[in-house]
Amino acid sequence: MTQLFKPELVCPAGTPAGLRTAVDAGADAVYCGFQGPTNARNFPGLNFTLAEMADAVTYAHDGGAKVLAAINSFPTAGRTEIWKKAIDDAVSIGIDAVIIADIGMAGYMSRNHPAQRIHLSVQAGASSPEAINFYCRNFDIKRVVLPRILTVAEIKKVHDEIGCEIEAFVFGNIGMMAEGRCALTNYVTGQSTNMDGVCSPASHVHYEEDEDRNLKTKLGEFTIDCIACGENAGYPTICKGRYNAGHKQEYYAFEEPVSLNLTRLLPDLMRAGVTALKIEGRQRSRAYVKAVVSAFRQAVDAYSRGDEPDISNLLALTEGHRETQGAFRSKTWR
Amino acid sequence: MTLTLPVMITNKPLPGARRPDDAGARGFARLLPPVPLFALQPLLGHIVRTVARRHPELIARLGDNCKKRFLIDPYNLPFFLLLQPDPDRPQLRAHTRGQDVEHDVHISGTLVTLLRMIDGQSDSDALFFNRDLAVTGDTEAVVALRNALDNMDATLADDVAACFGPLSRPVRGVIDLTLKFASQKP
Repeated sequence: MTQLFKPELVCPAGTPAGLRTAVDAGADAVYCGFQGPTNARNFPGLNFTLAEMADAVTYAHDGGAKVLAAINSFPTAGRTEIWKKAIDDAVSIGIDAVIIADIGMAGYMSRNHPAQRIHLSVQAGASSPEAINFYCRNFDIKRVVLPRILTVAEIKKVHDEIGCEIEAFVFGNIGMMAEGRCALTNYVTGQSTNMDGVCSPASHVHYEEDEDRNLKTKLGEFTIDCIACGENAGYPTICKGRYNAGHKQEYYAFEEPVSLNLTRLLPDLMRAGVTALKIEGRQRSRAYVKAVVSAFRQAVDAYSRGDEPDISNLLALTEGHRETQGAFRSKTWR
Repeated sequence: MTLTLPVMITNKPLPGARRPDDAGARGFARLLPPVPLFALQPLLGHIVRTVARRHPELIARLGDNCKKRFLIDPYNLPFFLLLQPDPDRPQLRAHTRGQDVEHDVHISGTLVTLLRMIDGQSDSDALFFNRDLAVTGDTEAVVALRNALDNMDATLADDVAACFGPLSRPVRGVIDLTLKFASQKP
């Protein structure tokens, strides 16, 4: 196998200890968010205070890694100051890039912090060269995180027509196809994935297990799945629930509980011109971060040397114990 | 407004389903002499007070959830634990099975599963996905607890072992032996 350009490995961290684990496991960059609604993983006990983020930047830089601040939810009228402060704070502590979804915040950044590197979040849902180039021209976006709706061949075409780097997801939870536009949680709980940073807020999730170990998952007052004893579970989100949908019973109407795993497609992505490979999972534990980051570090290094890596079996860490190459391999995956 | 989501499925219960076997717990039980619960309570109190004192960052991450009562249920042992990590009055007590104890969260799994989790060896989401870990009650509190524990550089298992003073190394050894014994189980 010929040598390939070595892409940046971008890894998740939900806590300072998680960030240190990611850096130590070989991450080139770690993405994380502040506590509160400004990022899309606003879960209890998760995320960073400003002081913790500053320490994290120091630790990462000492270890040769970058820190990317995810400020990638959408402010609503009257709340924009929270997002602007998060941006100002991130810039003040020497963050390497800010991941932005909202067009207004992209404008704020480019006006107030023109030297700061901006990455366009997957939440922005920019998937065409025209959309991406609009952000490049107007806000000097340096990198786009592509929605998980494109095949590798399409990513190559996009790469050839845009003026910025591409970051592609390679492992972890795979969400709704219209990234950044999901309103299901908001519909049921009144809290929004996009505006409050919380999909299926834990305060609204309830599990009920009977004596035979059958598990009922509820979001608010609605039951979204019933999982039989011995059957694997998934995240408690509406999009991963099963429903009686008229023509089908017990039907995954939106998505199936399955994780993205593109280990075998890494050489294709590298040849397509992808600059950075992203691992999902800021809500996951240090054990997950260590296992997944280490496995991808070995795989990326081996491919870039021209070797065939011994691809680790990451199935144990996948949702529902199932993995997919999703739309990256074929549009017919669902 | 009427919610138009489709009606939920109902999977039929599997008759006679049982919890998984836990060789690790049996191995652990063989390594330790039987201890009456009243003798265990001062030690548990010492552990929770020490952890709360050493790790204010853990309490800070819990926020208001530190007032919640966590029932920790290693279901192959003859007792369960009730944890309330309130920094003003941290409590950890053992209760015999059959006791009706008020709680906000119920976390259950084999002893080995719970040990691996507090020792940072296993991803709790993965344990949940494959049904090794069950959680009922206040999900927000348990998510906060999971994330707060996961932010500890040393593991909670190390802190528990350290509470045994001069016996900390043998206790840590017993934990390691239990986990090793369980991982070798076919």
